[in-house]
Amino acid sequence: MKKNIIILFLILPLVSIAQDTLKGMAMVQENGQMSGLPGATVYWLDTDIGTTTNDKGWFTIKYKPEYKKLVISFISYRTDTIEVTSANQEIHHILKDESELEEVVLNAKKKTTSISYLSTANISTISSDELLKAACCNLSESFETNPSIDVNFSDAVTGTKQIQMLGLNSPYLLIAQENIPTVRGASQAYGLTFTPGTWIESIQITKGAGSVVNGYESIAGQINAELVKPLTDDKLFVNLYGANNGRLELNTHFNQILSDKWSTGLYVHVNDRSKKNDQNDDNFLDMPIGSQINVMNRWQYQNVETGWVGFLNLRYLNDEKQAGEVNFNPDIDKMTTNAWGSEIETNRFDTALKIGYVFPEIPFQSVGFQTAYSKHNQDSYYGLRTYNIEQESVYSSLIFNSIIGDTRNKFKTGFTFTYDKYKEMVELVDYGRNENSIGAFFEYAFDNLDEFSFTAGLRADQHNKLGFFVTPRFHLRYAPWEKAVIRGSFGRGKRSANVFAENQQLFASNRSINLIEDGGKVYGLDPETAWNYGISFLQGFNLFDKKGDVLIDFFRTDFTNQVVVDWENPQEIAFYNLDGKSFANSFQTEINYNVIENVDVRLSYKFYDISTDYKDGTNSKPLVPKHRFFANAGYKTTVRNNSYWMFDLTYNLVGKQRFPFTGTNPTEYQRPEYSPSTNLLNAQITKIFSPKFEMYIGGENITGTTQDNPIIASENPFNPYFDSTMVYAPINGANFYTGLRFKL
Amino acid sequence: MKKVILFIGAVLMATSISAQKPKKNAKVSFEVDGICGMCKKRIEKAALNTKGVKFASWDLKTHELSLIIDERKTSLKTIHESVAAVGHSTKEVTCSIESYNNLDPCCKYNDEDVIKDHQ
Repeated sequence: MKKNIIILFLILPLVSIAQDTLKGMAMVQENGQMSGLPGATVYWLDTDIGTTTNDKGWFTIKYKPEYKKLVISFISYRTDTIEVTSANQEIHHILKDESELEEVVLNAKKKTTSISYLSTANISTISSDELLKAACCNLSESFETNPSIDVNFSDAVTGTKQIQMLGLNSPYLLIAQENIPTVRGASQAYGLTFTPGTWIESIQITKGAGSVVNGYESIAGQINAELVKPLTDDKLFVNLYGANNGRLELNTHFNQILSDKWSTGLYVHVNDRSKKNDQNDDNFLDMPIGSQINVMNRWQYQNVETGWVGFLNLRYLNDEKQAGEVNFNPDIDKMTTNAWGSEIETNRFDTALKIGYVFPEIPFQSVGFQTAYSKHNQDSYYGLRTYNIEQESVYSSLIFNSIIGDTRNKFKTGFTFTYDKYKEMVELVDYGRNENSIGAFFEYAFDNLDEFSFTAGLRADQHNKLGFFVTPRFHLRYAPWEKAVIRGSFGRGKRSANVFAENQQLFASNRSINLIEDGGKVYGLDPETAWNYGISFLQGFNLFDKKGDVLIDFFRTDFTNQVVVDWENPQEIAFYNLDGKSFANSFQTEINYNVIENVDVRLSYKFYDISTDYKDGTNSKPLVPKHRFFANAGYKTTVRNNSYWMFDLTYNLVGKQRFPFTGTNPTEYQRPEYSPSTNLLNAQITKIFSPKFEMYIGGENITGTTQDNPIIASENPFNPYFDSTMVYAPINGANFYTGLRFKL
Repeated sequence: MKKVILFIGAVLMATSISAQKPKKNAKVSFEVDGICGMCKKRIEKAALNTKGVKFASWDLKTHELSLIIDERKTSLKTIHESVAAVGHSTKEVTCSIESYNNLDPCCKYNDEDVIKDHQ
């Protein structure tokens, strides 16, 4: 915009004009025509010498050499200040319409989701603006406008949404909150719903191996959520949300800057889902009823002079869910065959301390320390099965950043310590255990400041259950020509599977659990290890003067060992060590284009090929579509008086999905080999009234696509065929919601 | 009291020694001619290519090149020379005509049309 503010200085040798006056003209441009602007105010800054323009737009004003800044203003036009160096010039100045100006400012705004051209890893960042495109009540719902991550339903009873990347479930992702791994172990199934959407400042998604700094557990990728900071977040923020399915949410943020060094914030989230819905008349709730209270207090310290920064976080969460048959009354029917029901109560306490120090004299050198403690407790029962898990977790890391020689050679090195104490009871079997590890990492990054850079990381860990192992990770970036980036990566990940916590949906079925122990150290099973390889190509372009980019990527995950989750016998679920091959291939292509002014379009196609050697032969992974198509369009109207509209539309075409084998069930309890493909359409309209106030209204699954009869044997949930895990489409029909955001 | 004087003396000695000793992380800066983002890249790269330069950042607005250097391994003069060698003049060293001519058309910081384009 700046360069569009045309300031014309016409230096005319006008002898007739005396030295002590300055002459000029204020103009406006309308439909390409210039015309004089009568009645505009013209004055010297910080003086009371002023005048107005005549009916042709001309003005004459007293001049003295000490007057340097001339101000020209007119109502509904932007006020401009012009530098004047001598009276020997005639000023011709064009004033700009206020709304015109803001429109251009808006155009220059950063994209809400951006794929980095510079980083070596395949990282895309979702900003908080992107999160406003959908209701995004919590972290698990924050990916609906992002094609890299798939959101699936885990089962028809708890209605939990599960995320997947590269065709692999969330346990294969490292999900961190401000670089502290959080959604893991006991919180794997529901953890993503425990971070309210309004707390999220941005999300970084790394596809593929990722960095060694945050640990060895990531296999398919990493997701890191940055939370809002007391120093930069709004002083007061209130968000109210209500949906026709009965979900009500309230989010409030209070932030206070206490001094030039300290600030604090209190964030409160409550939600209530007390309305019972059973649209498909299968006598089961379409989604659980329940409530959540989630409170976080943050303290932020920063001292610019000494270079010290710090954060202290405290968080408490209570979440209650009740699912199952509509008439189930927990007080009377709990653990009986009167009615099938389930209650899941989670209490979680988190605290984290982060301290960072940037050497004031050498900005490329810093030290960071973080330590976190959490206690997660889930008490639950599903029908006649109880499942209780408690996890106490400590995570500490120390990281040192510096350079070798100069800033083209950077490194990060440090230590990590983890401790996890699990108390886990599956019905009457005790799976309690302790896990701890200590590790050291070193990551070297080379950047020639031009077309080539790479990151090579290595970590070595000693784990009481996984033993001693090294984890290498490598990323490379090469920019062959303008706006093009080729990336390659490979790396290994290793983890111990928490078979029950990660596959909790199994409890909402009458499948028997067949844990085939093999002398391994966790549940008698070996740790999971996999190599991930990836290659991607990104090309930015300018077509018809509009910006866009095209992305193509291919990733392969090869398991050297996997805890196979085998659903292929309809009466049991089996867990066993992989004997043979297991891999996941993922291909994705994506186009982002700013089609016409204020309209952004994103299209994506994904292909998955996931294959595992099961006991009964090689098969594809059940309930993962091979093909997916995604489209998102966003339109923003021109800003007038700080007010504008936003329209967003997201469409997902999910291809057919393979059902696990059901051929041995009675005919009425059988499922076909494949599900039909499904169409999902979401839309949202947001009206921004002012920077302080906005309202939104939206619809999820507008076309009302649902799965008929999602639960096998729903009419008799205590017979051996009952199974709610075969979900390929939403249980709920269309859901409409509205909400408001107010900030100070 | 004697102890205090001794202590002050020791401190003074220590500081005077460190003032003379070449510093491992010395902050220095000087002006370099240039005009655009490509110049910035070229100037910083040239500076970093000089042995002993650890950190280089050129400000497009002020034309100030801020450096952190190891004074044991390099001198300011060497850096002036290496920046001038890629076509960017400094107050101390003027670049050769050849190196200036080798600059990309948009980087010709002495050309009036180019200056106008960047305003």
